[in-house]
Amino acid sequence: MSDARRQACIVGVGETLYTKWGQQAYRGEWSLACEAVLKAANDAGLAVEQIDGVASYSNDSSVPWLMQQALGLPQLSFASMVWGGGGSGACGAIAHAAAAVESGQAQYVAVFRSLCQGEGHRYGQAGGYNELPHLNFMTPFGMFAPPFMVAPLVQRYIYEFGAKPEHFGEVALACRENAHRNPRAVMGGRPLTMEDYLTSRIIASPLRLYDCCLENDGACAVIVTTQERARDLKKKPIRILAAAQGGNPGWGDGALGGHNMPVDEYGAGNGKTLAKRVYEKAGVTPADVDTVQIYDHFTGLVLMTLENFGFCGRGEAGPFVAAGNIRWPHGTLPMNTSGGHLSEAYIHGLNLVVEGTRQLRGESTSQIANAEVCLVTAGLSASPLSAAILGV
Amino acid sequence: MAYLPEEIPGPQPTTEDRPFWDYCQQRELRFQRCAACRRFRHPPTPVCPHCRSFDSEWIAAPETGEVFSFSIVHHPAHPAMKGKLPYNLVVVDFPACDHARLVSNLVDVPPEEIRIGMPVTVVWETAGNGMLVPRFKKKETL
Repeated sequence: MSDARRQACIVGVGETLYTKWGQQAYRGEWSLACEAVLKAANDAGLAVEQIDGVASYSNDSSVPWLMQQALGLPQLSFASMVWGGGGSGACGAIAHAAAAVESGQAQYVAVFRSLCQGEGHRYGQAGGYNELPHLNFMTPFGMFAPPFMVAPLVQRYIYEFGAKPEHFGEVALACRENAHRNPRAVMGGRPLTMEDYLTSRIIASPLRLYDCCLENDGACAVIVTTQERARDLKKKPIRILAAAQGGNPGWGDGALGGHNMPVDEYGAGNGKTLAKRVYEKAGVTPADVDTVQIYDHFTGLVLMTLENFGFCGRGEAGPFVAAGNIRWPHGTLPMNTSGGHLSEAYIHGLNLVVEGTRQLRGESTSQIANAEVCLVTAGLSASPLSAAILGV
Repeated sequence: MAYLPEEIPGPQPTTEDRPFWDYCQQRELRFQRCAACRRFRHPPTPVCPHCRSFDSEWIAAPETGEVFSFSIVHHPAHPAMKGKLPYNLVVVDFPACDHARLVSNLVDVPPEEIRIGMPVTVVWETAGNGMLVPRFKKKETL
């Protein structure tokens, strides 16, 4: 089999209803995960029985044996869990799935993520990330939740580069505009103006309410297989040109730990070395990227990610977004075209992979004409994060 | 009275960080340093990331650190913080210890006066579980 025929691609996407946290607690994460996988298989035109691998991340509670049992999978040849909390493993799980199908470990891998923040805990509350290893250096001092962990990084970014509140606000507004066109988006139809943004309450300075992603219940899934097998399926396969985990040295758990990242990178993010690797693997440059789905847990980290992945220089992302570059449809780099975590739903990054796939199929509700290359990033502020470059 | 209420969980020492907290109970702020290559590291780890030696020693931090970054928290993510907002979070840097940094609080500075680069010195406060934890106050300048 030639390399091209063996190349991994995404052939199906599926998602459940996305709601505010707590609204689907009655059914729970396992049920949501099953629905997302079944919908992804249906979207691909794949018989569920053919799924022989599962991959997830962030210690998803729907463990492989439960998924095999519930979905009636005759054979589970591959089951993978990317270590770590948060969504930094979203594209890592895609990378695992791609490696599995390209190496022949499995034929059809379902990558899924299911979140029911009402069933267990809310990430925005103390105890939401109780598996973190360095809580001793955070919790006794009141650093309880992700916004508090990230706020000092953004403060430092502002200190070093003079970013303005309106720069962060533009990220929130651009995502919200895209959400209005996306019927799946939890915040669709709810207007957000710059004045609303600027006058929203401070969560942890400099982070305002609208700098922070949502907390949601929902699940999504994608089916990964090889180009050759994709030919027998329903939808145009979207190639995984590159998918990888990585992160700059010396970061460790970074913002989610003791805040002992390298001094020069504290307010800059840990994605630069990963960016170089995925561009090289995919054989593309930032100039080739038609659209980006950037992990938007917090607006400030979106700005850092745009810099890490080479769309502008260090400290320049504020003016870059303020100039309209991330807006659909006329910006040079339309971003988070489903509304992202800020306005579609926070499904830990996998919904960004789903949207990237839709863009390259031509199925987005904020479609970019002739989109051929999409970068998806997952996480920023702990290592490893992950990223994927998708292509038609 | 301590800066944060006693309901906030205190540290629960682990195998790796127990020496750090043991020194804190003696009102000593010490960081782990490699006994072979003499480079600091924090939070504590079993092996030196630079020379891979497992031998380490605990070196007293300088009296003065500086605010590397901060945040003023206005959201009660822990129920005990309701009605006790806002409070500050500071990241205190010790440049002389290879930039070892602690997440902590400034106990005596109003939010609007906190600045990056501000020199601070340690004060010891009792957490809810009775353990002493390092917090900071503005360094008196003459």
